[in-house]
Amino acid sequence: MSTEVKKTALYDVHVKAGAKMVPFAGYMMPVSYEGIIDEHMAVRERAGLFDVSHMGEFVISGAGAKDLLQYVTTNNVSRLTVGQAQYSCLPNDKGGVVDDLIVYCMDDTDGSEEYLLVVNASNIQKDWDWISSQNRFGAKMEDRSEQTGLLALQGPKAEKILQSLTDVELSEIKFYHFTNGNIGHITDVIISATGYTGAGGFELYVDNRHLDDLWYMLLKAGEEHGLVPTGLGARDTLRLEKAYCLYGNDLDDETSPIEAGLGWIVKTKKGDFISKDTFAQQKEDGCAKKLVGFKLSDRRVPRKGYEIKNQNGDVIGVVTSGTMSPCLDQPIGMGYIYTDRWPSSDTIWISTGRKDLDAEIVKLPFV
Amino acid sequence: MNIPENLKYTKEHEWIRTEKTDDGLVAYVGITDFAQGELGEIVYVEVETVGETIGKDEVFGTVEAVKTTSDLYLPVEGEILEFNPALDESEGDNPALLNEDPYGDGWIVKIAIADESHLTDLLEASSYQDLIS
Repeated sequence: MSTEVKKTALYDVHVKAGAKMVPFAGYMMPVSYEGIIDEHMAVRERAGLFDVSHMGEFVISGAGAKDLLQYVTTNNVSRLTVGQAQYSCLPNDKGGVVDDLIVYCMDDTDGSEEYLLVVNASNIQKDWDWISSQNRFGAKMEDRSEQTGLLALQGPKAEKILQSLTDVELSEIKFYHFTNGNIGHITDVIISATGYTGAGGFELYVDNRHLDDLWYMLLKAGEEHGLVPTGLGARDTLRLEKAYCLYGNDLDDETSPIEAGLGWIVKTKKGDFISKDTFAQQKEDGCAKKLVGFKLSDRRVPRKGYEIKNQNGDVIGVVTSGTMSPCLDQPIGMGYIYTDRWPSSDTIWISTGRKDLDAEIVKLPFV
Repeated sequence: MNIPENLKYTKEHEWIRTEKTDDGLVAYVGITDFAQGELGEIVYVEVETVGETIGKDEVFGTVEAVKTTSDLYLPVEGEILEFNPALDESEGDNPALLNEDPYGDGWIVKIAIADESHLTDLLEASSYQDLIS
């Protein structure tokens, strides 16, 4: 893989807007514009616009496409109808996760099926190689990551803002459904009622040539509703408040989706797929570790890699995500606790290395 | 980038400003404008070393930003006399001062310097400028 840091089609737009740019998953991405906390609250209360064009897009089509996806993903692709999307993951053959993804059903006609897969930027090459290696079904595969732009318009005002620019009746698009339509003069936009913030809104897939037009059009239409550009910093705090897993933190090649609390996307009764027997057994007998959420009473923030301890100071797990929750104004985190070291109460300690901080296991999501 | 000429700097992005007083040489220590920009919004400053003597380049506190945690290193050996009450959670509780005024109201600790000669090891503004550019 190339070590050169790539830019999305909006790179210059972000720089001009004064964004703080950081390398993320091989791309220079905006981490924030005015500040993570303000951007976070804008999305919860009004609306925010994210450039997430770094995400990868594969089209899997033709005879064998559905069979391939049934085999390489854990969720049940045959339950999808045209215009519907599905959260899923790609298991490896050791019961871990290659990546988590969204599968969009564009056409389910037998023999000419078409699915769009949206994968994490950091895993584009790995996912492509893995799916290719499993493609004994003869499905056609195309990587459209380079030409596809993606904006996420998120928040309670998102629908009102977008509706002012399109004839598509947005209120009719149910959660995890999508349609193809125009936004202003831009044709052929996939308008998807999905997102990674838990604040509602849409994700808009468009050819990169139209990305800056779409960006400015949305910001202008959203001005009166308090829409602001929002960066990856807020995207992370927003997803963590809703306890959505982030690949590379809460999910990885060594962690099973059952352990991550994603049993609901693992359909062990759907027919054969990779690591099916392992997952069926974990559902039956339990797992070696389990993802939990916790809050801290202190102001110190839990970080990935900090150890989780019990009252005796024994290590019982590890933190995988943590932040200061802008909505709660309190530190929150997620991490794995080993089943055979499960604490006798909900009180645990998070170790910074120098200091152990009191924490309380809580129900997820946080917000 | 704001790098005042009258301060000295460390490679860890702390600044120190000395003052001669009747009680000897005291100094204020904080983090640089560059550091606060890199860290982003600071949500908590922890200093639990007041009254202790801390060695050069040893940790005297911790800063929590939304995205990251960063330890604070003392530029020279000294005794921690005071933690800025404007930052302290139990008093002013305004850690954002580190972002808003890193060289002024956002100072973190006041220290008594053990040995004035240690100051010569520190970076001048121009050298610090070279370091971050």
